[in-house]
Amino acid sequence: MFENFGWLSQSQADPRKSATADPPLVRFALIAIAMLFLGLFLFIPVAAVFAQALQHGLGEYLKSIIDPEARSAIRLTLMTAAIAVPLNVLFGVAASWAIARFDFPGKQTLLTLIDIPFSVSPVIAGMMFVLLLGVRAPIGGWLYDHGIRIIFAEPGIVLATIFVTFPLAARELIPIMQAVGSEEEEAAIVLGAGGWQTFLRVTLPNVKWGLLYGMVLCNARAMGEFGAVSVVSGHIRGHTNTMPLYIEIMYNDYHYVAAFAVSSLLTLLAIATLIAKHFLERRVIPVPQKGADEIETKVAA
Amino acid sequence: MFRSKFNLKLAAVITAMSLLLNLSSAHAKEITLLNVSYDPTRELYEAVNAQFAKNWKAKTGDEVTINQSHGGSGKQARAVIDGLEADVVTLGLAGDIDAISDKANLLPSNWQKRLPDNSVPYLSTIVLLVRTGNPKKIHDWDDLVKPGVSVVTPNPKTSGGARWNFLAAWGYALKKNGGDEAKANDFISALFKNVPVLDSGARGATTTFVERGIGDVLIAWENEALMARKQFGQDKFEIVYPSISIRAEPPVAWVDKVTSRHGTADVAKAYLEFLYTPAGQEIGAQNFYRPRDPAVTAKYASQFPALPLLTIDGDFGGWKTAEAKFFGDGGVFDKIYQPGS
Repeated sequence: MFENFGWLSQSQADPRKSATADPPLVRFALIAIAMLFLGLFLFIPVAAVFAQALQHGLGEYLKSIIDPEARSAIRLTLMTAAIAVPLNVLFGVAASWAIARFDFPGKQTLLTLIDIPFSVSPVIAGMMFVLLLGVRAPIGGWLYDHGIRIIFAEPGIVLATIFVTFPLAARELIPIMQAVGSEEEEAAIVLGAGGWQTFLRVTLPNVKWGLLYGMVLCNARAMGEFGAVSVVSGHIRGHTNTMPLYIEIMYNDYHYVAAFAVSSLLTLLAIATLIAKHFLERRVIPVPQKGADEIETKVAA
Repeated sequence: MFRSKFNLKLAAVITAMSLLLNLSSAHAKEITLLNVSYDPTRELYEAVNAQFAKNWKAKTGDEVTINQSHGGSGKQARAVIDGLEADVVTLGLAGDIDAISDKANLLPSNWQKRLPDNSVPYLSTIVLLVRTGNPKKIHDWDDLVKPGVSVVTPNPKTSGGARWNFLAAWGYALKKNGGDEAKANDFISALFKNVPVLDSGARGATTTFVERGIGDVLIAWENEALMARKQFGQDKFEIVYPSISIRAEPPVAWVDKVTSRHGTADVAKAYLEFLYTPAGQEIGAQNFYRPRDPAVTAKYASQFPALPLLTIDGDFGGWKTAEAKFFGDGGVFDKIYQPGS
């Protein structure tokens, strides 16, 4: 293959290398800049959070985390994520199935509408629920009279979180389902599989990594959401504060150790989520087969 | 045969359980109150709640838990109107409780007559907090309009404290200019030109000034300024008492519609009445609120210097008038404040 370029390889040992590699100085400068930015905007701030949290020692740190109000905030955040993520998956699978497999009028509109929770500000998302379900609105007033509390209670927080996260799984699944196509499913049905069997044995394995990635994204957003949740929370201490809201309150109460201890916990949860995402990402992106693909990945890496 | 035995067992279990439940409820009720309050009262009500719960248990045997929610006074009133179930509201100014009465009809419009002293158990005033050494030489309201002085105050639209701040400055300018409203208007306009950021609540403004280091002077509740000095060290900040300020009156009320639904009317009323007792007044003074009780006032006299104070009813015609004139849509504040200018 390289015989054609023989004239080139006379002057340089490896023509491919010279064509793709930058001079060492440029390479060094690029790496240094990237590291500097990472350090300034990521490592130092994250380290500062942990330093603040531990400034009065591990004892104070643990004490602020097992405080009843802190525990209530942690519990509410985990519960919200535990409800939002499965519902997100359900919606994501349904929506992506509908969009990838069927043609129906309004499909493009649906695709656009799915993105609305992404494109509106979370504050507006929260306000929407207050307008709809607040005691002064017809629906909210009726629920209130019947003893059902949504706004300024846990259900409101869960609702707002579901709203701001619901495109996440669908957005991941739609392109994958479209790319995979429906041939395998058709084959399964021709071979006598039922609808549910086809879904479990053929469709789900094909999209599972994309689905998991969507769950990871949804989980990260659900735990970190501030704006929408702040509007519907009512900020009742020990009841309707999620971790991000609790952090703000502790900070404003001059309880810096508590604020940063819970921040560090939230950061750890986020890091765990990111590590999960990292591993899943490697599975989702098809592993290059051989030859030219391999070289490209090496260069990119 | 088997079935009847099973039923018998079930009945026995149910009886035992209901007995247990009855016993426990005969012993002590568990009551929960929600106190929706304004920004700087977090520490005050933490202390009040602990003491009141203790007293109430001693008196009635019932466990009472008081939940707290804090934020800008106007914002909190808005949340109560939208359905936040406050048994009691303890807000920054009467106008915000009036709004709850007017807009949502959750309590009668004469609510302020139901408790002593116009339903205001503690007083406060508005002071100036500066960095130690007073580098910009700020001694009175006049110094806030000087070019190059950066002033921190929250947004009067959402914060009760900010409205008291605004009125104190306005009252000073009016007195100084012999009642000339146009000149007072120029003064307040110049003052807000020196404000780089409007936080939504008093605590947010304190954090901006104290923690983020923005601004040369913070216009603040006296209690908030004293609290900031306590938290951050007496040597970091100084309190400047201006030549004249305003008597800030943060009122309290129980919310009838909510307490009657929760069955908490008695305990809510007792909770607010506790604030007027010597013990309640003492807790107020310890948390830097000016007490009403003469004995407690005398005890804490050195903490609260006397200064000439304007009053909302005497000098501004009450909150309803002041609200419409200064802070309503198209009012004085809307006219003088253009963000970013």
